[in-house]
Amino acid sequence: MELWAVFPPLFGFLMAFLFGKQMGDKGAQLVTCAGIITAAFVSCMLFVEVIYGNDGHGDPRTVHLMTWMASGAFAIDWSLRVDQLSVVMMCVVNIVSACVHVYSVGYMSHDKCKARFMAYLSLFTFAMLMLVTADNLLQLFFGWEGVGVASYLLIGFWNHKDSANAAAIKAFVVNRVGDFGLALGVFAAFVLFGTVQFDAMFALAPEKANEVISFLGIDIHAITLVALLLFMGAMGKSAQLGLHTWLPDAMEGPTPVSALIHAATMVTAGVFLVARMSPVFEYAPDALLAVTLVGAATAFVAATIGMTQFDIKRVIAYSTMSQLGYMFFALGVGAYPAAIFHLMTHAFFKALLFLGAGSVIHAMSDEQDMRKMGGIWKMIPTTYVLMWIGSLALAGVPFFAGFYSKDIILEAAYADHTWFGVLAYYMGIAAAIMTAFYSTRLLFMTFHGKPRAEKKVMDHVHESPSVMLTPLMILGVGAVFSGWFFYEKFVGHHPMWGDSIRGMDAIDAAHHVPYWVKKLPIAAGTLGLVLGWVFYLRYTSLPGKFVKAFKPVHTLLFNKWFFDELYTALFVKPSFALGKLSWASDRNIVDGLGPDGVAKASRGVGRILSRFQSGYVFQYAFVMMIGLIAIVSWFYFKMTNGQG
Amino acid sequence: MDFPILSLLTFLPLVGVAFILMIRGDSETVARNSRRTAMFVSSFTFILSFYMLLLFDPKEAGFQFVEKIEWFDALNISYHMGIDGISLFFVMLSTFLTPICVLASWKAVTKRVKEYMIAFLALETFMIGTFCALDAVLFYVFFEGVLLPMFIIIGVWGGPRRVYSAFKFFLYTLLGSVLMLVALLALYLQTGTSDMVTLMENPVARDMQMWLWLAFFASFAVKMPMWPVHTWLPDAHVEAPTAGSVILAGVLLKMGGYGFLRFSLPMFPEATEFFTPMVMWLSVIAIIYTSLVALVQEDMKKLIAYSSVAHMGYVTLGIFTATTQGVEGGIFQMISHGVISAALFLCVGVVYDRLHTREIARYGGLVKNMPKYATIFMILMLGSVGLPGTSGFVGEFLTLLGAFQVDTVIAALATTGVILGAAYMLVLYRRVVFGEQKNKDAAEMTDVDKREFIIFVPLVLMVIWLGVAPSYVMDRVAPAANKLLVNYYAAIGSEMPSNEPIKVELKKHTAKKADDHGDHH
Repeated sequence: MELWAVFPPLFGFLMAFLFGKQMGDKGAQLVTCAGIITAAFVSCMLFVEVIYGNDGHGDPRTVHLMTWMASGAFAIDWSLRVDQLSVVMMCVVNIVSACVHVYSVGYMSHDKCKARFMAYLSLFTFAMLMLVTADNLLQLFFGWEGVGVASYLLIGFWNHKDSANAAAIKAFVVNRVGDFGLALGVFAAFVLFGTVQFDAMFALAPEKANEVISFLGIDIHAITLVALLLFMGAMGKSAQLGLHTWLPDAMEGPTPVSALIHAATMVTAGVFLVARMSPVFEYAPDALLAVTLVGAATAFVAATIGMTQFDIKRVIAYSTMSQLGYMFFALGVGAYPAAIFHLMTHAFFKALLFLGAGSVIHAMSDEQDMRKMGGIWKMIPTTYVLMWIGSLALAGVPFFAGFYSKDIILEAAYADHTWFGVLAYYMGIAAAIMTAFYSTRLLFMTFHGKPRAEKKVMDHVHESPSVMLTPLMILGVGAVFSGWFFYEKFVGHHPMWGDSIRGMDAIDAAHHVPYWVKKLPIAAGTLGLVLGWVFYLRYTSLPGKFVKAFKPVHTLLFNKWFFDELYTALFVKPSFALGKLSWASDRNIVDGLGPDGVAKASRGVGRILSRFQSGYVFQYAFVMMIGLIAIVSWFYFKMTNGQG
Repeated sequence: MDFPILSLLTFLPLVGVAFILMIRGDSETVARNSRRTAMFVSSFTFILSFYMLLLFDPKEAGFQFVEKIEWFDALNISYHMGIDGISLFFVMLSTFLTPICVLASWKAVTKRVKEYMIAFLALETFMIGTFCALDAVLFYVFFEGVLLPMFIIIGVWGGPRRVYSAFKFFLYTLLGSVLMLVALLALYLQTGTSDMVTLMENPVARDMQMWLWLAFFASFAVKMPMWPVHTWLPDAHVEAPTAGSVILAGVLLKMGGYGFLRFSLPMFPEATEFFTPMVMWLSVIAIIYTSLVALVQEDMKKLIAYSSVAHMGYVTLGIFTATTQGVEGGIFQMISHGVISAALFLCVGVVYDRLHTREIARYGGLVKNMPKYATIFMILMLGSVGLPGTSGFVGEFLTLLGAFQVDTVIAALATTGVILGAAYMLVLYRRVVFGEQKNKDAAEMTDVDKREFIIFVPLVLMVIWLGVAPSYVMDRVAPAANKLLVNYYAAIGSEMPSNEPIKVELKKHTAKKADDHGDHH
């Protein structure tokens, strides 16, 4: 049964990819959607079995498939590990993916390459499933890079656009920088533990807790090193501050891609990695400190940028980055279940927001700039309502899904009682204000006020077909109910995790924080909503005045803190310059001193040789044969003399 | 072994040469019949080698299918052939790629077809011989013999600057080989035998090893090629006809790595240990330097040639870590690169045949008019980038894992090659296949035809199969690689690191423990 939750998307991909032409668009859509819906149903059944099985104790299992590679002690299997953590991920991935698949049938109806698009979506889903069901770090790496490639293919799906191609390459290469860390992390884990299989590593972690390893000439606490290197990979994939520059650009891809990959699933792989490795991270307090700080900084910085952007998808992208920051500082303070809880609720409401934005873009004839929208809420009421649901869930308004998960994260951060935990709490509160603010800003700019689009566009505004709205409604249900429904199971007093992740004590502590700590996030969210209302609905001249008054700050934020410019100057340009320099030295120094120099010196010989270039093959062959015979016979005589 | 399968494999292509020489008639008939004969003979050789693969005993660490006949009796030089897990897949690679090359040249080569096919079949004989020879003299004859047909292929059927490139290739390699010849001579005079198995079992004195190691290194480093003696490769590739590049990248470069494994490590272990830091640093420089150079290339073939140097850097890095993962990874990387780079050069060949230029800027937007080509190129590109699930990943990852166990600085630097590798391949792919169709003639090119498609299918399948189930290859490589390392560590008098059985044992125990732990809760 486990196979049925993972391999149907692969089958769908292969069919649509190889036989897309023969099957036609309808066939390709059918086979990929059927594959993913099957997988979604089976993973829900697995969820029940794994969580509630064995009389409620949980029934995790691992299915061995085949050997991948074995080199000495480094033996790796293909297998499916289905425990409490991975089954949650499987459900999230498969359900969101199924919604996105169906939605894409409508969204991409005007595109020429439907089969290819559906195939890539299924490929992505398969890679993501392999990632979350990995039983060792290497299979995880397979899924990790697999989703990276699918993301590359889908960002650059409209491959005639230069901006899309550039964004695709940027995404892949920046992720590779993270993967550089991840690969070194796998190496270090192997050197330390002698294996990269999860259970074995977890069992060995306590006894390796005091070991020291020499890395780049520095002696460093071994587990901390492993954790930090793995976290570097997580930073790349989950767009954490420093390695985040690819995510906003990735919005070049079609909107369903942004919803599936760059909001709900792939970008959360980093969170999953840290949670999966939690038994190891527990022994690396310094690494956890780094995780907390990076997470808190990301939550804050991304929110500040999100307030200033005008592209509707980029606003949501920065919001995604910010929410991922929340998840990371939850991991950092050891509240792993809280991070996964937020990952799950976020997947629903953020996919909803993206697909809703897609519905808006679809209605507005592919317009993404919010300055050219406005006044359309009556024309697309269903989308409007669903966008409100998503935004309220994102802003953490009580009883929506995001409220429960964000609260437990903030409480856990405060309950950690370390300086960085408390710092993360306050930065999280600040980010929560901004989150609510940019959410309402997005809603009011997009739907309310006077229409700012051209008349031709306005005449064409229409509600999306039901094939697009149905998935939105399913996600809407998740965005409303998944919070309170799963609260007890995920982060309640008797959570369901079994041995799959650590951090229950952090969750316990989170339940016992002062009253104001629990209520401050609600106040923050309300403040943000009110501010958004004041700025963008009540007194619409305020934003302009504000920007003027705080010009330098706004410039910094609007230009995304100048990360792109910095990286271009620091890494991209020097690489190409170095490349040119090396090439020049190849031609001038290496060749100049070597073969060409020698050739010049022996030009005379060359002239004689050139006479032999008569063009007859047999002459060449003959000359060469004579040469060889000469060499061999010289060798032969030398031998005989040596003997004699 | 009663049945001389290795000799048969080695000399079967020469029989084909004899048949082709006998072809008479007008030039059209000669060309057609030579093509067919070459195709038939090379395919048959491949089938025979496949049969050999089935007969190969995967558990045996020593040499198999051994043939030993006295040759120069008085001199103690014999005709000694045999293969082990290390050489097995290089033989397979040679027999696998030759028919593909013949097929790839079907239409591209129109002048002197007969001679061309003769050169390729002769080349196959020398290649297989190199990997089977177990006598140093025999090895040398084959090893040098390879140069002749390759020199002719580049010099006659190459591009405009073919003469410069052919001579550069020839002189460079010859220079290295002469030193190797001298070293072979010295080795022979010292020990009185040229039998490689005997030489491996009885290393010479340490001082002697140093000099011999350096002389052999000169030859293998050029063949590999390692930085800074790599400059012949881009030129040779650029001027060589497509099939020439395929064999050059696919098999010829591997002779260097094979040489390290057959001569340097087992025969001169103490010298190897002494020179290891130098080789590792040269490898790291090769990886980073040539990757950067590849980043700024405007010529497709040059770009892939430079990427080959970088990929070979992983091989030397892996081999000289003297760890199980490093050595096995290095061997696997050579096999994988043999398939991927061969296929990439064929990819260049496809568009070169149509537009007769290798300049990247002259293409663009090919995905529209050549969707099949774009897909094939994509898979191969990802293989070259080292995506997990393709063969490129396995070798790269294992060599780096090996390097990390020896020196973290070198491993970290070499791993940056993974980032650069992604950059230059993706940029190449984007400029050729994606984007607007700016060039009219490029936009009018036709997609791959049936013949070309048939060439690519086995290569693409190999890339994926080797990536998903590399254990078929690695299981056969492992015993020989392990034997090599055991002998190496015995010779330098230190303990071999990673020990396989203990780790496996440990894994089972801990897994059980975790289960018990779970039950208590």
